[in-house]
Amino acid sequence: MAASSPVDLDQLRARRGADVRGQIFLILLLLSVALAIAMVGAVFYDVIVQAWGILSDRLWDFLASPSSSDPEKAGVAQGIRGSLLIALIVMATFPIGVAGAVYLEEYAEDTWVTRLIQVTVRNLAGVPSIVYGLLGLAVFVQGLRGITGGSSVIAAGITLAVLVLPVVVITSSEAVRAVPGSLRDGAYGLGATQWEVIRSQVIPAALPGILTGTVLAVARAMGEAAPLLVIGAAGFYTTGNNDFLEQFQGAFTALPMNIANFAREPAQTWRGHAAGASVVLLVMVFFLNLVAIIARARISKKLGR
Amino acid sequence: MADAEMTDTPDVFNVRDLNVYYGDLRAVSDVNLDVRERQITAFIGPSGCGKSTVLRCFNRMNDLIDIARIEGSVKYHGIDLYDSQVDPVAVRRRIGMVFQKPNPFPKSIYDNVAFGPKVAGQKGNLDEVVEDSLRSAGLWEEVKDRLSSSALGMSGGQQQRLCIARAIAVNPDVLLMDEPCSSLDPIATGRIEELMKEIQNKYTIVIVTHNMQQAARVSDRTAFFTAELDESTGQRRGKLVELDETGTIFSNPSDERTEAYITGRFG
Repeated sequence: MAASSPVDLDQLRARRGADVRGQIFLILLLLSVALAIAMVGAVFYDVIVQAWGILSDRLWDFLASPSSSDPEKAGVAQGIRGSLLIALIVMATFPIGVAGAVYLEEYAEDTWVTRLIQVTVRNLAGVPSIVYGLLGLAVFVQGLRGITGGSSVIAAGITLAVLVLPVVVITSSEAVRAVPGSLRDGAYGLGATQWEVIRSQVIPAALPGILTGTVLAVARAMGEAAPLLVIGAAGFYTTGNNDFLEQFQGAFTALPMNIANFAREPAQTWRGHAAGASVVLLVMVFFLNLVAIIARARISKKLGR
Repeated sequence: MADAEMTDTPDVFNVRDLNVYYGDLRAVSDVNLDVRERQITAFIGPSGCGKSTVLRCFNRMNDLIDIARIEGSVKYHGIDLYDSQVDPVAVRRRIGMVFQKPNPFPKSIYDNVAFGPKVAGQKGNLDEVVEDSLRSAGLWEEVKDRLSSSALGMSGGQQQRLCIARAIAVNPDVLLMDEPCSSLDPIATGRIEELMKEIQNKYTIVIVTHNMQQAARVSDRTAFFTAELDESTGQRRGKLVELDETGTIFSNPSDERTEAYITGRFG
């Protein structure tokens, strides 16, 4: 029986070194992943080590104190407030980006104008942030001074919103495009109008993707320092901020500005402040991501995936 | 007998000189056919013969394809579906569709069935509509305890029956089925076929199928399409060969191409 078998074990036996290239490729991939993780780890390690002194010494004081020329009193309360307000303003503009994406994907006909808009949006996403700072200075600080109050958190928020809007449009477009056509067909086949198909099927199905894109966009907006510099964010200010309007139209700062200013101080006594502010910024962005991940998971679960 | 039946069953669709183009490509040429009320009409034929394309003209789903264009007329109870005053949304509320691949919405079973009535403007409690539709689709006993769980957790056959329940929830006049069993196993297919038999006295059904036995089992009348090479353009395009009583098509077709196809000598 065995003798007459057309196949013997040797023909099926694993050949040693048969897939050397595959193994090398796999090792390279693992090395790349390890390198990426190591770099992020190194950044975290470095920042936390540097910030350890100030954060263990006076964490709540550091978080709750305004800027000051005294390193023992200086804190990031103004920066946290500014960054949070900027994040809120940026988030408030997301519907515009999502609406733009839905228009481009669902309504716009495939003409050269549409394609030009799509290419332009993609290019805008690559424009350096300092250029948006100049736009913000010209339009929102100077042109619309009556509304923004000049170099204010409103001007900064709108500028950063404009900065990340292309990213929001692109990621939302991709999420909308990824919604399977069978879902649209199913809804149209039941007599839904285009609006009903978009509202009840396309947007819910695209929401997890849209959410991911928008969180990345807020994180980017919160980390930008260059446009704030151009707009004229203060490194140091002591105005009262008691008046409601003053809160939004007065002098402001944000965490990236805090970090830049702390890092510029030459004295030994300021060591650790920049790292401390960085940790605060990282924690805020991390928290934001966490909220998005939870929201995404809940939506996906509701969609039954 | 045949004559009596003809006069007893009025036509739901009258297709005259229908040509469908995708861009420059003529996908279907010069189709003339009638679909009778409360009958199951099957469209069979090889791939690329245009049977699905013709089906999608009946509820104007081809409108959703930018480059699709039709010539000729498709009359529904005597009304031209492509008249400029006709709203495709209103058409699709009366002429439901079940697709090749089960495509339940990523929502609960209940919400899937309630979707159609909701967009049709039905307000208030839809429990009754949902239950009736699921019962009609033979799904109620299987899902009555998990109406709020996701439809995506069901088996393929259940999903397809849910899609049928979803389609009949809007109380349509016609059900169009585009190869509804092509992704299902024989048991699930059998259940769908039984279901079609059960609901055929309430709806006019047009089914596209690759499966000739299925056409023979379920349909009253069968249309055979084929793809022919157009000498002048070198493109293949769909044509209707003949439409007749299913028994006749399968035992004594009048066109030899039909006979070649059903006996397996071609296609």
